[in-house]
Amino acid sequence: MRFQKATAIALYAVLELAADPERQLTAVEIAEKYGISAHHLAKVLRDLGRGGLVDAVRGVGGGYRFAGNAKRLTLMDVVSLFEDVTADTDELPPQAAGQEIAQALRFVLTELDRQTVATLRSITLSTMLKLVARRPWAGAETKPPRRRVRQA
Amino acid sequence: MANRLAAGVDRVRRTTQAPRPRRDQAPGIRPATETDVPGVIALDQDVTGLLKRDYWHDMFERYGAHPDATRIFLVAENAGRIDGFIVGEVRAWEFGSTPSGWVFAVQVRPGRRVQGLGSRLFETVCDRFRAAGVDRVRTMVAPENTVIHSFFRSQGMMAGPFIELEMRLD
Ligand SMILES: CC(C)(COP(=O)(O)OP(=O)(O)OC[C@H]1O[C@@H](n2cnc3c(N)ncnc32)[C@H](O)[C@@H]1OP(=O)(O)O)[C@@H](O)C(=O)NCCC(=O)NCCS
Repeated sequence: MRFQKATAIALYAVLELAADPERQLTAVEIAEKYGISAHHLAKVLRDLGRGGLVDAVRGVGGGYRFAGNAKRLTLMDVVSLFEDVTADTDELPPQAAGQEIAQALRFVLTELDRQTVATLRSITLSTMLKLVARRPWAGAETKPPRRRVRQA
Repeated sequence: MANRLAAGVDRVRRTTQAPRPRRDQAPGIRPATETDVPGVIALDQDVTGLLKRDYWHDMFERYGAHPDATRIFLVAENAGRIDGFIVGEVRAWEFGSTPSGWVFAVQVRPGRRVQGLGSRLFETVCDRFRAAGVDRVRTMVAPENTVIHSFFRSQGMMAGPFIELEMRLD
């Protein structure tokens, strides 16, 4: 699956901040670390602030701090602020003669979506941070993921 | 700044793992005996709303009655009450897979949840699996059961190499 750019940036920022909830970072600091546009990130951080995931710290030395509960917030809570990830079978097109191929394709795609939704809902930020620390890809037979998060 | 995420991660690790008792100090986790079965049935009924007497007697017969390195049925007992249990088995060559540990069931009494008991049961089973010589553990979860799915994910479990398939037989 591909995340939209804003979603990928939001995940970097939220996880970076959640790794140490007492630390505050500016958009520029985070943007530099991940090689992303500070301008775009600043906009994403405002959205995350509205979503209650980060707090803006005003004034000199200001920045952003993580504001949620990393043990309960899931990847889905972050992703759903920026894009619609659903496995909604209601969206199947109405039964109509001649549309069987489209319906069958939707049927298969819904299977993929369901998997995506369940995965994003089950992984908390705290679980993600444990995964970062464990680096399971380092010892895996398969090559480590080269890209960070695939962006559209 | 490059090391900050790693440092933060270490902190999260310490804060999420430090309060938990060490495995060898895990209180009350032991192999199930026949007298535990009614407590397991009652706990399962509390959690699922279903009374499955025959099922749990059968589970005990298969995994608890003749415990060996490959069949494991553990309970967490507290003052004579069953607060949690876990059932697992080492299975070999199913679907062409090398021997691996399987966890079939894990439950913790609602009043005792989110205090690390589920993790301790899981870690204890994993220790048994390791002792039996296997290097991985598997399970299956219903996608809509987010709590149990999150629980297994928090233990470090990821999607396995198999895809489950089914079809209606009507
Ligand atoms: C899943 C279950 C065994 C977890 O037991 P537990 O003793 O609460 O587990 P722990 O305290 O060790 O929790 C470990 C991790 O699981 C995750 N978790 C547990 N409960 C959670 C919840 N309600 N929401 C989100 N994550 C949760 C968390 O990541 C938690 O880590 P944390 O404590 O650092 O936040 C327990 O909730 C249960 O029995 N649920 C019902 C099981 C069931 O439906 N069984 C039927 C199929 S066998």
